[in-house]
Amino acid sequence: MTLAPHIPSEAQRRRAAYRRRQTVSSVLVAAASTAALGTLLVVAVTGAPGWDRVRESFLDPAIARDALPAVLSGLWLNLRLLVCCAVGALLLGLLVAILRTLRGPVFFPVRALAAGYTYTFRGLPLIIVLYVLTLGVPGLRLQGMPSVLVLGGFALVLTYGGYLAEVFRAGIESVHPSQLAAARSLGLTYRQTMRHVVLPQAVRRVAPPLLNDVVALQKDVGLVSLAGPIDAVRVAQIATAETFNYTPYILAGALFVLLAIPLIAVTDWVTLRSARRQGGGR
Amino acid sequence: MASTSRILALGAAGAVLVAVAACAPQDDPAPATTASAAAASCTKDSLRTRTPGKLTVATDEPAYEPWFKDNKPDNGEGFEAAVAYAVAEQLGYARGDVAWTRVKFDAAIAPGPKSFDFDINQFSITEERKRAVDFSAPYYQVRQTVIALKSSKIVGRTSLADLRDAKLGAQVGTTSYRAITEVIKPTVQPQVYNSNDDAKKALQNGQLDGLVVDLPTAFYITGAELTDATIVGQVPQVGTPEAFGLLLDKGSPLTACVSDAVGKLADAGTLRQLEQKWLAQAAGAAELT
Repeated sequence: MTLAPHIPSEAQRRRAAYRRRQTVSSVLVAAASTAALGTLLVVAVTGAPGWDRVRESFLDPAIARDALPAVLSGLWLNLRLLVCCAVGALLLGLLVAILRTLRGPVFFPVRALAAGYTYTFRGLPLIIVLYVLTLGVPGLRLQGMPSVLVLGGFALVLTYGGYLAEVFRAGIESVHPSQLAAARSLGLTYRQTMRHVVLPQAVRRVAPPLLNDVVALQKDVGLVSLAGPIDAVRVAQIATAETFNYTPYILAGALFVLLAIPLIAVTDWVTLRSARRQGGGR
Repeated sequence: MASTSRILALGAAGAVLVAVAACAPQDDPAPATTASAAAASCTKDSLRTRTPGKLTVATDEPAYEPWFKDNKPDNGEGFEAAVAYAVAEQLGYARGDVAWTRVKFDAAIAPGPKSFDFDINQFSITEERKRAVDFSAPYYQVRQTVIALKSSKIVGRTSLADLRDAKLGAQVGTTSYRAITEVIKPTVQPQVYNSNDDAKKALQNGQLDGLVVDLPTAFYITGAELTDATIVGQVPQVGTPEAFGLLLDKGSPLTACVSDAVGKLADAGTLRQLEQKWLAQAAGAAELT
């Protein structure tokens, strides 16, 4: 007994053909509209009377080539700061979020302190925190004062720790109370419940906004340069001051985007994966 | 089938883009610059000064060291007082023929009638100011200077090579920063600040061994702002330095002659000697070699 090969019905073949036609036509329409928009933009920009001047002062390949090594060395500083500050801010945010969600009246002062911290540092402009820590604190002339970079990194960790703490707290509070009740009724302690039941779900749920804040942090680490260290944007500023040409800024901007692409791609992938899971698929 | 509303939307979007491209601003022509110079016979008798036979020279009140001494321009001490008398002498005026008057810095560079023949008050020559007033040839090229706290390790060092291991700072985009990277070339990465105020704060905190600023600023900082800071020394000239010029009324009949006198003093090396005497030696801004 052999299985007869599957022959789709006439209706099914018509359906498949219709779907193919739909796909082809939608691709064609998308291509055409993109081409039209692109052409219009190019014509609008390059047709402007000052286009040659702008191209000379913002898009000069020779100047970009000259500035590249210095901008890259500045970007290396941004990258190192980003990694250290991101790790620090994530840990601090998680700690503060756990403190804010502690139960019981005895922990009130801890909760109040954690809440006060998030209110303060989400409200304070980063530049002011940086000024106080990098130019104010060294004025105390204490023994063993860390370097400006460390102090600047600390300012970033404090500020971003506040944002991340709120994201983590939202995650923790979004876990259904029945999960907690079930875990406690199985005999897990509060700590075990947090560690094995609540936090894994919470972190997975808020991974996209967490990564989003890390991408924002990537742009802000350069602000440490106001205290002296030379980051990529500062290198561009110096090069611009010497050549009266803004190309180094454009170059630094392009490198920042390239640096952000992997992070953003990871964010998108995590979002997509969690959406699929929530959708009931595997 | 595309619906009518979609076609309309596409059409509208296209129309907006076309309109943006069409309404691009028209190009502005660059302003043209004009220059004029008049040669005249430069003798005391033929010069049309405010008071015939006298030369009226202005400066600010109070006049600071090292440019003037004891706020008394007529004692001829201090760099600018000495330059003013040297220019007067070059034009044929005796010391007694020079009368001093006081004019505020901002009033001097504003357009309008002037109560002096020329004003000497650390005026940097700029294109904007040239539209309102006349300048002579430069009598001083601003030098970059290293300052440090008196407790700093670099105080007392006399050569550029001695500053190689110093952590220096400067304001971003200035000639001061270029003096670090192109002349001193330290082995430690220099620190860059948005403003001299931030840089001064870092110097005060001991986060820097030395700060590079231009010489007039250095005198001001060490004299008035950070009294526990001192001048380490002047750095050799770098880039296109700011230049100080004598300021005259716009279209003044004296401009060509005064300019000529300053040029002759520069060629004769007189200005260099006065700079050495009043800035490097008397004011303690030794030249780093």
